[in-house]
Amino acid sequence: MQDLLRMESITKVYPNGVVANRDVTFAVKPGEIHALVGENGAGKTTLMKILFGLEQPDAGSIVYEGRHVRIPSPHAAIAMGIGMVHQHFMLAPSLTVAENIVLGAEPRRGPFLDVQAAVERTEQLAKKYNLPVDPRARIRDIPVGMRQKVEILKTLYRGARLLVLDEPTAVLTPQETVELFAALENLKAHGHTIIFISHKLREVKQISDRVTVMRRGQVVGVARTAEVTEADISRMMVGRDVVLRIEKPPANPTRPVLQVKDVRYRSELGKEVLRGVTFSVRAGEIVGVAGVEGNGQLELAEILTGLRSAHGGTVIIDGVDATNAPPHRLRAMGVSHIPEDRMTHGVAAKATVEENLISDRFHRPRFQRFGVLRRKAIRDHSLELIRQYDIRTPGPTAAVSSLSGGNIQKVIVAREFSSEPKLIIANQPTRGVDVGAAEFIHRQLVDAARAGAAVLLISADLNEVMALSDRLLVLYNGEIVASFAHADQVSEEELGLYMLGLKRQAPSEAVAV
Amino acid sequence: MDTLRAIFSAAFGYSLLRVSTPLLFASLAAVVSARAGVINIGIEGMMLAAAFAGVAVSAFTASPWLGLLGAVVTGIVMALILAYFALKLKTDIILGGIALNLLASGGTIFLLYVLAGDKGISSSLPSKVLPQVQIPIIKDIPVVGDIFSNHNVLTYVAFLSVVVLYYFLYRTPLGLRLRAVGESPDAAASVGVSVHRIQFIALGISGMLAGFGGAHLSMGYVSWFSRDMTAGRGFIGLAASAMGGETPQGALLTSLFFGFADALSSYMQSLRIPSEFVQMIPYLATVLALAVYANRQAARKQAVSHRAAPKGSGTVVPDSGHH
Repeated sequence: MQDLLRMESITKVYPNGVVANRDVTFAVKPGEIHALVGENGAGKTTLMKILFGLEQPDAGSIVYEGRHVRIPSPHAAIAMGIGMVHQHFMLAPSLTVAENIVLGAEPRRGPFLDVQAAVERTEQLAKKYNLPVDPRARIRDIPVGMRQKVEILKTLYRGARLLVLDEPTAVLTPQETVELFAALENLKAHGHTIIFISHKLREVKQISDRVTVMRRGQVVGVARTAEVTEADISRMMVGRDVVLRIEKPPANPTRPVLQVKDVRYRSELGKEVLRGVTFSVRAGEIVGVAGVEGNGQLELAEILTGLRSAHGGTVIIDGVDATNAPPHRLRAMGVSHIPEDRMTHGVAAKATVEENLISDRFHRPRFQRFGVLRRKAIRDHSLELIRQYDIRTPGPTAAVSSLSGGNIQKVIVAREFSSEPKLIIANQPTRGVDVGAAEFIHRQLVDAARAGAAVLLISADLNEVMALSDRLLVLYNGEIVASFAHADQVSEEELGLYMLGLKRQAPSEAVAV
Repeated sequence: MDTLRAIFSAAFGYSLLRVSTPLLFASLAAVVSARAGVINIGIEGMMLAAAFAGVAVSAFTASPWLGLLGAVVTGIVMALILAYFALKLKTDIILGGIALNLLASGGTIFLLYVLAGDKGISSSLPSKVLPQVQIPIIKDIPVVGDIFSNHNVLTYVAFLSVVVLYYFLYRTPLGLRLRAVGESPDAAASVGVSVHRIQFIALGISGMLAGFGGAHLSMGYVSWFSRDMTAGRGFIGLAASAMGGETPQGALLTSLFFGFADALSSYMQSLRIPSEFVQMIPYLATVLALAVYANRQAARKQAVSHRAAPKGSGTVVPDSGHH
């Protein structure tokens, strides 16, 4: 069968000299779901930006529907029938679903916007493709899964026949992912073609017909998905075997380091975000917190790290009351934090790698004398951390913002783990990070715990939280609704029921002390 | 007691609408640019330049209508200059707006000296005034007629503009694009809406409204131009827009509130209170209202950021401890 899209020998070099794509040839057949996988920085995003007209290739050509084309802008891509569902949704929160869908190509009645027609078109599309949405609801009031449906409908409204989905499952619950996959199958049945970008190999196996693997700006393999295993794909991605199952020796927990008792938090609107959360984490163990995002995880992590104040309850760290202590005091007590939003709370993006690495310790005598920084000591220290934590950077003075997501996360991990923490609060530590970096971070977490640190791991990635944790808690609607003494003895399906509030343990069982 | 009686008089009602007019134009100018995501700090300067242009053009053409046209065109041109610098040349829009205000303040004094031979006031120029309008039927109703009829034509234009702007923002395709651009430029760009084009248009409309406001000051409110006669109304307009939730109807309410403070201070000058003190009232009202507004806004922001939990809290807190 003839290819619907053929990107031939694409090369793209960014002004800073990074070769994002080197002689990449990528072909998609009509009516298939084609997975595009690769580590962060492998060049997937650049390739898709070229396809969508956001970047221009330095060399190579694009053949679409049998014709040579040039795609100078997203506008041109849309006109050709190419639609992009971005990882970060491109929706205006205060506008309604219908308004977001018709934006830029609005139905009119005279000089006015035809709201009725917009709603009707939305309903028709939603029905045809089985993507149920409420056309009159405002985006800010609907859940993430529905927002994604709106994004897909947006591309369909503009007549997209080739849809690019950039890590569409990163923000979804397992149940929402099932719905999304059903919708993708349905689109395929209607004759649409889908490019599916993902890090999650299990999903790639599940949904795609073919898979293209990229590494370091090049295509390293194309295969029928049915003919390869997850391990095959992951070997191609990183060029070596990756241990998907994390090997960890049995936990040998000792004294309790973190004791959280009846912690409560109310939002400014008066909503109870945390409704009396009680648990403890002992030295030497990893306690995982599973849950759909937005059920109090962020608030819990920020209360424990001093970024937010609880409205009730106590937090005891190593026997000392640390309720609502400020960050610097918590750090002095040996608390480390891998924040959920690394660009806001993890690093200063415009500062250098070296400056970020010492941002929690520059005041120590080792790094300053009489208020003047000691450049040599700082340089030596950061070079050592860059080596030890395998941070891929042009050098210690490169701006952190110029690194890939995985390497930025490694900068944070290097800083947080090298301070010999007693307690590590890790919130979504591998979100948006490539497989190699994620494996490295997982290893660090396990090693830190086995060396005697207490680790609280909050993650929306079920695989991660199940594979890493010794004990497991489920947070739903601001409460711990389930607690498992052995994380390896619970199934993903069962966890899902607790995460969605369909099931809960009796209070006596769920108390996780 | 006298003050109270004065407030409940028809004359006070008339004066409230009159003094609210330039504030309303300024706040609508602020609403339309803010909704497109471009803060127009230059409204003050645009009004001032327009006020001068109205006087100068009407004096030399002997036509108040050409004077109005000159004022409005001046407002639009100044806004497009700001748009060119901020959007095309990527200067900071706040700094650009401040520069425009300083240019207008100094520039009008210079031109006033050139044209009228005076650095303070244009009374030597034979400038025209826009007509006052009698509204049939209403003008004959006691009290109501005294309050609502016989206003300068631009006062009616101002109140009509509230309705027009409302329909423009919420009922037209361009209004939808403008709101989308202001709230989420990436979303607008991703569907092929040109963010810069929309922001150019928004600033142009903003300049036009500021131009009307300026024309009202020098060709309606009074019949001359005097140096810095906008006296901060452009900035009060920005405050009124923010407090009104950046909606035309909200801006109407807050403009009337500031107009009330303004009218009150005019009335109290007839009492035996030091006039310097009384003249503080409109500005004091602005500061107080902004404090209340900022307080409420902070609470709202926090609440919204909680609801949108995954992307972190809106408040930026340093992550690392320092001493």
